[in-house]
Amino acid sequence: MFKKFQPSSDVSGQVSVKSSVQRSIRAGILSQWKINPETFEQIWPKKESLTLVKCREHISIYTLHGEPLFFQHFDGPFFPTLRLLHKYPFILPMVRVDRGAIRFLLAGAHMMCPGFTSAGGYLPPADAALAANVPVAIHAEGKEHAAGIGLTKLGTEEMRKVNKGVGVETVTYLGDDLWKIQEL
Amino acid sequence: MASTEQEAAPVEPTPPKEVLYCQVCTFPVEYCEFGSSLTRCKEWLQKANVELYNKFYSEEALQAKIGTLSLEAQEKLEKDTAKKEAKAEAKADAALKKKMASQVTIKRIERNKRKHVTAIHGLEAFDVDLKKAAKFFAQKFATGASVTKNPQGLDEIVVQGDVSGDIVEMIEDGVGLLKNVPKDNIVEVEEKSKKG
Repeated sequence: MFKKFQPSSDVSGQVSVKSSVQRSIRAGILSQWKINPETFEQIWPKKESLTLVKCREHISIYTLHGEPLFFQHFDGPFFPTLRLLHKYPFILPMVRVDRGAIRFLLAGAHMMCPGFTSAGGYLPPADAALAANVPVAIHAEGKEHAAGIGLTKLGTEEMRKVNKGVGVETVTYLGDDLWKIQEL
Repeated sequence: MASTEQEAAPVEPTPPKEVLYCQVCTFPVEYCEFGSSLTRCKEWLQKANVELYNKFYSEEALQAKIGTLSLEAQEKLEKDTAKKEAKAEAKADAALKKKMASQVTIKRIERNKRKHVTAIHGLEAFDVDLKKAAKFFAQKFATGASVTKNPQGLDEIVVQGDVSGDIVEMIEDGVGLLKNVPKDNIVEVEEKSKKG
């Protein structure tokens, strides 16, 4: 989603968010991510007010003091920025791709099922299976930190069964234009 | 309101995890091998944090990294990253050379018989923030200054009045934000852009 993104040309406006909307955002995030309220308080204190940065293609990035924290497409699920995910790796469920897929992930490609089902990949076991359209953290074989964030296109059980086609759509990855932005 | 239930002990917030990001390529240190500046990243890491350097680049670590990739695939990966690195270096060199060659053009344009404006273009190649520079000039010369796009599409700073000589002096002295501009790259031009 952030393969080609220049703040100078792709940002259409910055507004402060209404407090009613902020409350709904806070509630939405606490329900979607695996985070407890005290920790989230560290990221976004209750008293602070977010800034909404509107970008092309209905992408909204929410920033605090200039630092982007999370974003959403249309009214879809909230995705943390990769930097935020590095600081709090537990907020999203993890999937792992094998080493051969890493360079494609870092070029912005979507992750195909065989990358997860091969020896180096990892999908959550059946009792913690993920549905489709769930934000996940994409980790890489042998690495400690996430390399990207994606949206599952198929449930994890289907990925194991079908093993063909796109498994996880890459939303943001290490080194994309959103990563390069430290301040908005 | 008194509650007879025992509440769970207050949950401690989990502290953020500290990540070391490479200063050269801005990736977390373990991903430097996929960036385009591996040799410089390795040098930096060796100086910055020897422990992590050994963790990632020592012999056993390199062996373990090959992981589930077959030998040919790993070699191909290494060749591709080396090529990418070489290309990135070449691009950076070309950009630097262009920067050295680009000029700062100071034009004195006649507005009426008595009045002139000074247009400065080419400062972006030297990382000067045009808006701040325009404000700075306006303050210095007590006239108006703004950033506009000229017909070629490039941004230039337009200062009211004939201040070309003063600007040249300021660049030579390296005042304020104009610090990085080399003095030999200045070209002065006089133009009569009269409209009919």
